[in-house]
Amino acid sequence: MTGTPLTRRQVFEARQRRRATTIAAGSTCAVLAALVLLIPLAPGWEAVKRSFFNAEVFAKTFPGLLNAFLLDIAIFAWCAPLIAALGLLVALARDLRNPALYPLRLAAMLYTDIFRGLPVILVIYLIGFGVPGLGLPRPWNSPYIWGSLALILVYAAYVAEVIRSGIESIHDSQRAAALSLGLTPSDAMRFVILPQALRRVVPANMNLFIALQKDVALLSFIGPVEIFRQAGVYKSLMANFTPYVGAALIFLALTIPATRYADHLMNRQRKARS
Amino acid sequence: MALLELRAVRKAFGDHLVIDGIDLSIATGEMTCLIGASGSGKSTLLKLMTLLEPVDDGHIYLDGQDISEPGLDPQPVRQRIGIVFQQYNLFPHMTALENTLLAPRRVRGRSAAEVTPEAEALFDRFGLADRMHHYPDQLSGGQQQRVAIVRALAMQPEIMLFDEITSALDPELVGEVLDVLRSLRAEGMTMILATHEMGFARELADRVCFLDRGRICEEGPPDRIFSNPSEPRTRAFLSRVL
Repeated sequence: MTGTPLTRRQVFEARQRRRATTIAAGSTCAVLAALVLLIPLAPGWEAVKRSFFNAEVFAKTFPGLLNAFLLDIAIFAWCAPLIAALGLLVALARDLRNPALYPLRLAAMLYTDIFRGLPVILVIYLIGFGVPGLGLPRPWNSPYIWGSLALILVYAAYVAEVIRSGIESIHDSQRAAALSLGLTPSDAMRFVILPQALRRVVPANMNLFIALQKDVALLSFIGPVEIFRQAGVYKSLMANFTPYVGAALIFLALTIPATRYADHLMNRQRKARS
Repeated sequence: MALLELRAVRKAFGDHLVIDGIDLSIATGEMTCLIGASGSGKSTLLKLMTLLEPVDDGHIYLDGQDISEPGLDPQPVRQRIGIVFQQYNLFPHMTALENTLLAPRRVRGRSAAEVTPEAEALFDRFGLADRMHHYPDQLSGGQQQRVAIVRALAMQPEIMLFDEITSALDPELVGEVLDVLRSLRAEGMTMILATHEMGFARELADRVCFLDRGRICEEGPPDRIFSNPSEPRTRAFLSRVL
């Protein structure tokens, strides 16, 4: 306490807050209790419990799943910087004004249209099966390389659009101020517009990278034994679905904090701008 | 020869003729104030001079060189003509000092070690010595506008343009910015101001131009314009603002 007496408004708001908290806690407990009591009454609950929430299977497979998840993280780790770099280049290419470079601008536009218009899994299949089909020598026939390339191409298209929206959100007066000082248009972009634009799109890009972290699991369809595939192996071995629940928990352990953090950044920016 | 000369300059935005044939001659060391209602073309005229907007017709000469030539590289011209905007337009991701160093380093290719003492001297001169390492959002409007002036001065321009630089400021902050202009006036800087500060224009300007519908309706020494305007439209405008 500060020692100063509360204003009438503060007393009122404190009472309102206490009331709201009590109601929220009460209704949450009621819903949870209903779920815990009602779900086991379903006729198939015992079977579901055995095949999805089997503690013994969970304990046996969890370390192996964690281990397989390291591959997901590795794929993510080498894709993410390449996506950021390619996305930035494509965003900048779409703003080229030099007529000689028009083909580059056109290519960037087609690229973002095409790769944002396709399901990720389709791109992974086409590139991941198609390119190694050319009969390339090792290591160039590896599904890691071509599967990763598919992820990079799709996600860089989204990142490019996010960066471009950031560039467009910077008020034209910033560019005018830079040009009025004698800076070239490209210096104005590099030192004045882009640094502000990139900062502004950090939360949006974080959400894309969270989505990427999940989509890494799609590579399992063309070969790599990452966590989803590993869970499938355990499922077949033990005739039990619990490994999928384990895999889901591992994903959530990473994506929930990351999502919360991105939301937090987004809120902070909204407050800073208002 | 005039340092900056405008001849029959025209500029339209779409169908709207904003500058409708302006002739103006600026001598070295002269201070010219452009007055007139909002939309009379003051700001556009300044943007034309620094090539932020292209001239449709007519000519602008800087030291005898036609800078309104279509296709001319605007960069060398902008290095010689500085401009300060109503909304300051500082770069928010850079400190006051970084804002000031960017153009001398990138455009003139000078080193930070070389430019920093000059910039520090300018900050010091305009009472900003303790604000150099602050970001724009940590500064008051008056401080931001003074930083914007320092940033333009760091390029050592021959002419300074000021586009209603006190219009966005709280009244109590206007004085500190006008003091900067007084100081520049005293050192003989060539200045063109679009302004609503009539008292200031009267006190310091060599010449006042009253703009109306994209034309210079009347121009002359401030004493005559303010106390004895010959055009009825000038009289009408002054009776509204004074």
